[in-house]
Amino acid sequence: MKYTIHATCSVLMLPFMLATSAMAGSADVVVENAWARASIGTSRPGAAYMEVHNAGDEPVMLTGLLTDLAMRPEVHRTATDEQGVSSMSPAGDIVIAPGETIALEPGGLHAMLMQLQRPMEEGESFSMTLTFSDGGETTVEVPILGIAARGPED
Amino acid sequence: MTLTFLRKVLWASVGVAALALVWLLLWADYRADRARTETEPVFRANFELTDHSGMVRTQEDFAGQWMLIFFGFANCPDICPTTLSEVAAVMDGLGENAEQVQPLFISIDPERDTPENLADYVPVFNAGILGLTGTPDQIERTAENFPIFYEKIEEASAPDGYTMSHTSHLFLFGPDADLVTTWSYGTPAEEILADLRKRITR
Repeated sequence: MKYTIHATCSVLMLPFMLATSAMAGSADVVVENAWARASIGTSRPGAAYMEVHNAGDEPVMLTGLLTDLAMRPEVHRTATDEQGVSSMSPAGDIVIAPGETIALEPGGLHAMLMQLQRPMEEGESFSMTLTFSDGGETTVEVPILGIAARGPED
Repeated sequence: MTLTFLRKVLWASVGVAALALVWLLLWADYRADRARTETEPVFRANFELTDHSGMVRTQEDFAGQWMLIFFGFANCPDICPTTLSEVAAVMDGLGENAEQVQPLFISIDPERDTPENLADYVPVFNAGILGLTGTPDQIERTAENFPIFYEKIEEASAPDGYTMSHTSHLFLFGPDADLVTTWSYGTPAEEILADLRKRITR
C-alpha cells in the first residue's frame, strides 16, 4: 500500500519533473536508520537498508549508489505477487516527492551490493553515497549488524 | 372477512416458503463444505535431497518432528536472509521446544547451491537450520511435490546474469508430514512463534 502511494506520487510528479529542467533539492535529503547484515565472505551479494527522506520543497530523484565496499551497488526491488512468488529486479531511478520518505527495507527496495570487495564484518560499518539527478550527493555510514539481524535495532 | 383470512394464509405460506428456501440453501452449503473437507487430499511433504553436510535426506528422516520448510537460494540478498533470520528468531524463541521442530531451507538454485555452498551459509543463521539441495532434476521434482513455483530469470544486472523468482511462503508440516499451515513472507517472527508454539504444545 505504501508503495502504491509512492508509485502514485511518482507518477503525479512526473509532469512537474519534466517541466523543471534541473531538479534541485538533494541538499534536503536526510537518510536515517541505515543498516546491513554481515556477509560470509565475498561470493554472495549483500544488501543494505535505510530510509531516505526528502525534507525539501522539490522532488528529488535518486539515480545511483556509490561505495568502495561493492563494485556494483544498485537499488533493486523485491516484489511478491498474490501467489506468494517473490522476484527481484533493478528499481531504476526513484523519485521522492517533497516531504516523502522511501523505505529501503526487507522485502521491498534494497541497496543490492554486488561484487563485494571485502567481507561485511559484524560491528564494522561502511560509507555509501546516494547520488541524485541534480548532481547532489548524500553520504551515509551504514553499520553492519549480525547476519540474522531483522532491523536497524538488532 | 374471508378475504382477510385468505390473505393471512397466503402470507403465512410465503413465509414458510422463504424459510424453507433459506434452510435449503444453508443445507446445500453445509453439504458442499463437508464434501470438500472429506475429499480434499491431505498435502504431504515429499522430497529426496542432499543436506549441507552431504547426507541424503527424505521427509522420513524427520518423522515425528514438525518441519518448517522454505525455499530460496544463497545468492538472494533480501528475501532469503530475511526469512532465514525470521526462522532463526523463531527457533531461538522456541527454547526447549526447538527440538520438536526441524527448519529446512530448500534451494531452488541447484546450479550454484552445492552442499558446500550451503554449509557455510545456512547454519550461520541458526545451527539447527538444515540446507537442502540436489541436482536440477531433484529440485524440479521437489518443486512439483510442493505447492510452490520457481523460475530462473535472466537478469543482466544480477550476479552470474540471473536471479531466481520463487514462492516465499514458510510452510509448516506436522509430525506425520501433513501440511498444517503456511505463513506468507513478512509475517513477523513473533506471530509465527506464537502460532507454532500453540500447535506443537497442543
